[in-house]
Amino acid sequence: MKGFLLRRVLQIVPTLLVVAIIVFLITRIMPGNPAAVLLGPQASVEDIEAYAQQLGLNDPIISQFFQYIINLITFDFGNSLTYNQPVITLLIERFPNTILLALSALVIAMVIGVPAGIIAAKRQNSFIDYLVTTFSLVGVSMPIFWLGLMLVLFFSVNLGWLPATGMGSFDDGLWAGLRHLILPSIALATIPAAEFARIIRSSMLEVVSQDYIKAARSKGVHEFFVICKHGLKNALTPLLTVIGLQFSNLLGGAVLTETIFSWPGMGLLIVDAIERRDYMVVQSTVLFIAIIYVVINLIVDILYKVVNPKVNLDTGGGK
Amino acid sequence: MHNETASDRELLYEEQYKRAQKEQSFMRKLLRNKLAAFGFFVMIVLVFTAIFAPWIATHPPHQMDVTRTLLGPGEMGHLLGTDSYGRDTFSRIIYGARISLIVGVAAVVFGAVFGSLLGVISGYFGGKIDAIIMRIMDGMMAFPFILLAIVLMTVFGQGLMNVIFAIGIANIPGFARVVRGQVLSVKEADYIDVTRSLGAKNTRIIFHHVLPNSIAPLIVYATMAVAGAIISEASLSFLGLGVQPPTASWGSMLQEGKDYLVLNPELATISGLAILITVLSINLFGDGLRDALDPKMKI
Amino acid sequence: MGEELLRVEDLFVEFKTGSIVTKAINGVSFSLHQNETLGIVGESGSGKSVTASAAMRLIPNPPGRITSGSIVYKGQDISQLNESKMRKLRGNEMSMIFQDPTTSLNPVFTVGHQLMESIRIHKNLSKREAKQESLRMLELVGIPAAKQRLKMYPHEFSGGMRQRVMIAIALSCQPQLLIADEPTTALDVTVQAQILALMKDLQREFGMAIMMITHDLGVVWETCDSIIVMYAGQVMERGSVRQVYDKPLHPYTWGLLDSQIASDQNSQEVLPAIPGSPPDLSFDVQGCPFADRCPYVEEICRESKPARVAIEDGHEVACHFQTDTSELTRKEEANIGASATGS
Repeated sequence: MKGFLLRRVLQIVPTLLVVAIIVFLITRIMPGNPAAVLLGPQASVEDIEAYAQQLGLNDPIISQFFQYIINLITFDFGNSLTYNQPVITLLIERFPNTILLALSALVIAMVIGVPAGIIAAKRQNSFIDYLVTTFSLVGVSMPIFWLGLMLVLFFSVNLGWLPATGMGSFDDGLWAGLRHLILPSIALATIPAAEFARIIRSSMLEVVSQDYIKAARSKGVHEFFVICKHGLKNALTPLLTVIGLQFSNLLGGAVLTETIFSWPGMGLLIVDAIERRDYMVVQSTVLFIAIIYVVINLIVDILYKVVNPKVNLDTGGGK
Repeated sequence: MHNETASDRELLYEEQYKRAQKEQSFMRKLLRNKLAAFGFFVMIVLVFTAIFAPWIATHPPHQMDVTRTLLGPGEMGHLLGTDSYGRDTFSRIIYGARISLIVGVAAVVFGAVFGSLLGVISGYFGGKIDAIIMRIMDGMMAFPFILLAIVLMTVFGQGLMNVIFAIGIANIPGFARVVRGQVLSVKEADYIDVTRSLGAKNTRIIFHHVLPNSIAPLIVYATMAVAGAIISEASLSFLGLGVQPPTASWGSMLQEGKDYLVLNPELATISGLAILITVLSINLFGDGLRDALDPKMKI
Repeated sequence: MGEELLRVEDLFVEFKTGSIVTKAINGVSFSLHQNETLGIVGESGSGKSVTASAAMRLIPNPPGRITSGSIVYKGQDISQLNESKMRKLRGNEMSMIFQDPTTSLNPVFTVGHQLMESIRIHKNLSKREAKQESLRMLELVGIPAAKQRLKMYPHEFSGGMRQRVMIAIALSCQPQLLIADEPTTALDVTVQAQILALMKDLQREFGMAIMMITHDLGVVWETCDSIIVMYAGQVMERGSVRQVYDKPLHPYTWGLLDSQIASDQNSQEVLPAIPGSPPDLSFDVQGCPFADRCPYVEEICRESKPARVAIEDGHEVACHFQTDTSELTRKEEANIGASATGS
């Protein structure tokens, strides 16, 4: 297991390197002088020249790249011109908020999507099955920023039940923290919930016709445990894969959700930075999110082995 | 061994079950096809709307009128009301279909062409080329789709063509993966060996044998990708990184609607519904297409 | 042979899928005594597995349903018993082993966990005691190094070992009735013999009754006391193994025996020596269900369903011609001729 962990961790290095190269190239292929773009249209020629020097834009491209990598390794994501502080400071401040939102959404998505998928599979072709199938089809097609707005319109504007924007502090009590969290995490949970319902439904349909399910019944196991223990654990592998993939949706969706609800996470940071034309912040934040995503997928990979003893990841495949 | 024992199986109700499933999947197909037919119908309507927008729209989409701002539906001859500049919402929705469809199709064509090319090269030649291309694709896929598009837009700047490029580029790795997978499975087939032994060149094998066999999953994937691209365009425009104002795009209309949510909730509601219905019908159609082409397809 | 343990009477089972109703079991009756081994044989789709599942009330509903008949276990009709009472019987009083141990053991739980599960459900034992009991069961079914094996997953076992584990699980609560659904079909020939021997040993030890579902008449011959031959959800012939082997009465039984001989000779695939296929049970079958494939079919076979007739004590057959002995002899001669040319 130790060797396996080490190997897995080492395997993400090339991916991270490619991620860094992509962002590096994107920032360097900007049409015109990147310094001019980064500083915006009001900057003077002297400012631009000075900034270009500061960024090392006059150095050969290779040394620029190595400098860039070294900066990344030392967590130097550059400085924000409009916030007047290092980007990493901004990221560290915003990161927990986004993760809180994404994880809440993930939990909601699982609490809704997994049972819905199980029930739909258990009652295949019943009314409830069609209901789940239809809702999941609509769910995956949902523009979540619109759903967010509609939630605001309904629950905040019309009913006045929940706040439309901002983030509460859990220090002021559970409800103070939760009431701000509810709407954005529901909006963000929609697509993953729909995906989970779909994947659990189809993998449970496969699992419930297996002999070991009948064998469990023949042992006198209660139907609830037959489905939720013997069945579900076998359906977890595809679910894990989808969870890993959905993190991409959650982190990308967070950008849009945070905009709607003014949730002070990395997404709102990106959107604010776009408005301020502070592209250094945009690029660094996106890079940071990509790194998080790679790390999350590493964790999911490791969980695979825990969930499914048959998967032998050391040799790269199942037995 | 598995198959052998499976064929030995003598469970009547298993056969029953299979027959039931067959019948159900047939029913399902029928239902699915109904949904797919519905999706297709909506798509056709959308295409016609986009083409004949000038004839359908009741007002010019950019015509402002400060005396008629934020009207409700039906007021003063505005079917769906007006926005804060007094522009007719109905007409802008009609014109918005153009942007959505153009970006959706063009970005996916762009992504499909370059992605397929990379996928074919990667899958067909294998080895180091494959490793390098796929590592790059993995790297690109490490970015949440919309974020990659955002970063690209910060470089390209606003504008219709740039939106197409940004979403198109973000689409490349997905297509590369699908096509590579197809190529690998086709490459294993015996008839490719036969063709090669007959002296066919690489390019000939690729264009005459490998690509045609990859077409079915490619079409299904592309259909779904169009739905994704339309959402992405709306997202970018919503964030102010899409097409330039005053071009009518559903995403930018939603952004404007967001600021007038209390005064004029129709604007946000309708533009979002337009996106949802469009994306849903394309997804329904894609689902049906997959079932019709090959139900076992794993996309 | 001991007391009567299980009596199935006039059982009917239907499967309803959409608008199609398939009558899988049509009036099956048999009984099983303590210590007895009953073989249920028939081709694919004859309803033998459904019968076994019905005895444990394990027919998935929907689509399946017991429409009429009774299943009397120890004097109690369990055909309408509620689920929670059924659960107390399953795994405890009656248990089941399946054709393919690769698929009947849950791949994501250790063997020990799966063994302890049924012990803990039915016996009021601590975890420790349950573990001890599991260990004892594994040793009983002849698994070496049982202590280490408890912690292993099914995929780490060979096919024969897996079936031993299944048997250990099934017998862990000392059931009175063991239903074995093609227990050796998925195993190698040498392993088959070992598993059958193990089952007979354990039967002697526990004194349980075994219901052996199989298409392999060799297995029946080696292990069973009595036999029922099923076709199209009906019992065609029943009797002691000796009776049926010495004097098979139904043309379908003859066909089965012939195909057994044929498959033994070329030891390849078991090919049905009887041409044709069983009737579609989603349509009502008039007359004898075997009529379409019977080489000796006559008008009456298609018109009316043959009643079950006892030829001698305990030996029954459902065929129109078995009461007329001269007819029988004629048919038997014809059968010898047919099988000679057939194989």
